[in-house]
Amino acid sequence: MAASSDTAPKTNAKTTGDDGGHSAGLSRWLVVAIPYLWLAIFFVAPFLIIFKISLSDTAIAIPPYTPVFEGFGAIGDFVSQLDFENYVFLTDDPLYIEAYISSLKIALVSTVLLLIVGYPMALAMARASSTIRPTLVMLVILPFWTSFLIRVYAWIGILKPDGLLTLLLHAIGLMGPDDQVQIFRTDTAVYIGMVYSYLPFMVLPLYSALEKMDHSLIEAANDLGCPPWKAFWKITFPLSLPGVIAGSMICFIPITGEFVIPDLLGGADTLMIGKTLWTEFFGNRDWPLASAVAVVLLVLLVVPIMVFQNQQKKVA
Amino acid sequence: MAKTLGPVKRKFSPWMDPAAEPFIRFENITKRFGTFTAVDNLTLDIYEREFFSLLGPSGCGKTTLMRMLAGFEEPTEGRILLQGKDISNVPPYKRPTNMMFQSYALFPHMTVEKNIAFGLEQDKLSKGEIAGRVEEMLKLVKLEQFAKRKPNQLSGGQRQRVALARSLAKRPKVLLLDEPLGALDKKLREETQFELMDIQHSLGLTFLIVTHDQEEAMTVSDRIAVMDKGVIVQVATPAEIYEAPNSRYVADFIGDINIVEAAVKETRSALGAPGLVELDSKGLSLAVEQECAAVRGDTVAFAIRPEKVRISADPPLDRSVNAVHGEVWDIGYLGDFSVFIVKLEDGRVMRAAQANVSRLVDRPITFGDMVWLTWPVEAGLVLTR
Repeated sequence: MAASSDTAPKTNAKTTGDDGGHSAGLSRWLVVAIPYLWLAIFFVAPFLIIFKISLSDTAIAIPPYTPVFEGFGAIGDFVSQLDFENYVFLTDDPLYIEAYISSLKIALVSTVLLLIVGYPMALAMARASSTIRPTLVMLVILPFWTSFLIRVYAWIGILKPDGLLTLLLHAIGLMGPDDQVQIFRTDTAVYIGMVYSYLPFMVLPLYSALEKMDHSLIEAANDLGCPPWKAFWKITFPLSLPGVIAGSMICFIPITGEFVIPDLLGGADTLMIGKTLWTEFFGNRDWPLASAVAVVLLVLLVVPIMVFQNQQKKVA
Repeated sequence: MAKTLGPVKRKFSPWMDPAAEPFIRFENITKRFGTFTAVDNLTLDIYEREFFSLLGPSGCGKTTLMRMLAGFEEPTEGRILLQGKDISNVPPYKRPTNMMFQSYALFPHMTVEKNIAFGLEQDKLSKGEIAGRVEEMLKLVKLEQFAKRKPNQLSGGQRQRVALARSLAKRPKVLLLDEPLGALDKKLREETQFELMDIQHSLGLTFLIVTHDQEEAMTVSDRIAVMDKGVIVQVATPAEIYEAPNSRYVADFIGDINIVEAAVKETRSALGAPGLVELDSKGLSLAVEQECAAVRGDTVAFAIRPEKVRISADPPLDRSVNAVHGEVWDIGYLGDFSVFIVKLEDGRVMRAAQANVSRLVDRPITFGDMVWLTWPVEAGLVLTR
């Protein structure tokens, strides 16, 4: 009896294992391959092209660099003309290093500001009654209905010396009629633009981390003698860390390379690598140097991306 | 079978003593959520060292009542007294009560040790004192080897123990248990029930447990309050609740019972004076020996527990017992008991349970047999509510 009951499940397992095993394997392979193919075509290939350009020299030609790949026959000649002099140049001119550092600083400060503004919002959303939560999420996403460029442009209208903010301050009497707000074309304007534009990207991951938290954890902490504000630091905040990290990375990485906001709202002295890149590319038409700037920017951002990846793995 | 027996239990009934001061008093408590009244003008006394259960279906207000004692909800009206002091306005983090949550609410980012120490750290005890108390608690719930684990590395039963240890660590005056064993499987639940009783007994604490599981309430409690729609229907010991329910609701909620509508034909009983009550239920004559306020002509309910009904193929010899005749419609064999569903001559259905005292695979009474159901006059119940 023991023997027969032993063999029965085995034969069962075998038949189910053979059934449709191939088609399942193929479809699984396809599902995995599609995103990789996407990445290969739209990320790896362009990156390799940029990297190649960064090793080239400027030329007054179309395209504005040499050498140009002319087939495998001349490949030895082609490779011998590539060198790293653009990268050396980046380290020689302090402008680039300062631009990188300034970008990282602006990204860091913006991310901290975003956390300070976004966390209470996300917390309030997560604690709101479940009937209005979808509406609140909708409201956070609502700005995406309008073009990003137009929304940043609108801030010029608010922040410029004779703009809406000045008018408002005049109207409520907080500012004399002869004074004007001097925010437009300063770093402050850049920070305002950054926080405004990236807020949804900070709020949504925070919200999703806070929303799935069991409220009875807070009650348990209160019950054990922990007052509410302390329970926040001991329970809520540590448990929302995955959301804090996700939101910070999602904001920090694109802010570092941000071009539109510093270009529209920043002053002449607002140094950001995105702007430098734009100048090299369109102003100086130095494609090889611009490519080198882009490659270095990417390498700089690999570090936070890896931190993010690591965190995601830990959560999983 | 329990592995180790705790100290022998003594009879405990402070509620019978008119001089005893209640430990917890709910005084005319009403709680409304919008237009919904969760608890309706409820008054209840709980005594020190009592193991008290709030029992009822979901939505009866039992959890709300407990949450008001913990401080998570404020009563709309009324006062809650703990040792004579009004605690209605004391925030939860200042109350000498601790709660074990239904979901356990263990802090997922802390180890077992840290979870248990959490409450003690809030009290700013010294490091050594905290470590000592944590160790004591781990020993109490037999989790010494698991001190460094995180909650997600534990089984459901172990998590339940951590939650218990954490809520006991501060030595609360009252421990509140919200469906504490709901997530455990049957065997583990039964074991844990006895452990809970032992812990309560050895620590000498007052336990208030909320449950919808009547068996659990029966096993662990000194007294049970059966609740329905925000009010208490009956407060009594498990035996009283089972044997002398005060209403159809309680009788039906606790255990299995046969209930039929009946009219009082003749009564020699009044309040304070037990006597024979004769009933007529659609032509069926029934007699019950009981203290009962119903008078002749009243419509009441007659109730009897299945295990108090004897089933036999032969008619009864004794004329004084209640007897009905019917056909065995169905049999539920439960191992220790068999439940017979008998269709009476008038079409009504009655259940009788019989302990399977002899080891027989083929029972003498089987489907389709004509049988007599009999019970003595003391076995049935007249329910006026």
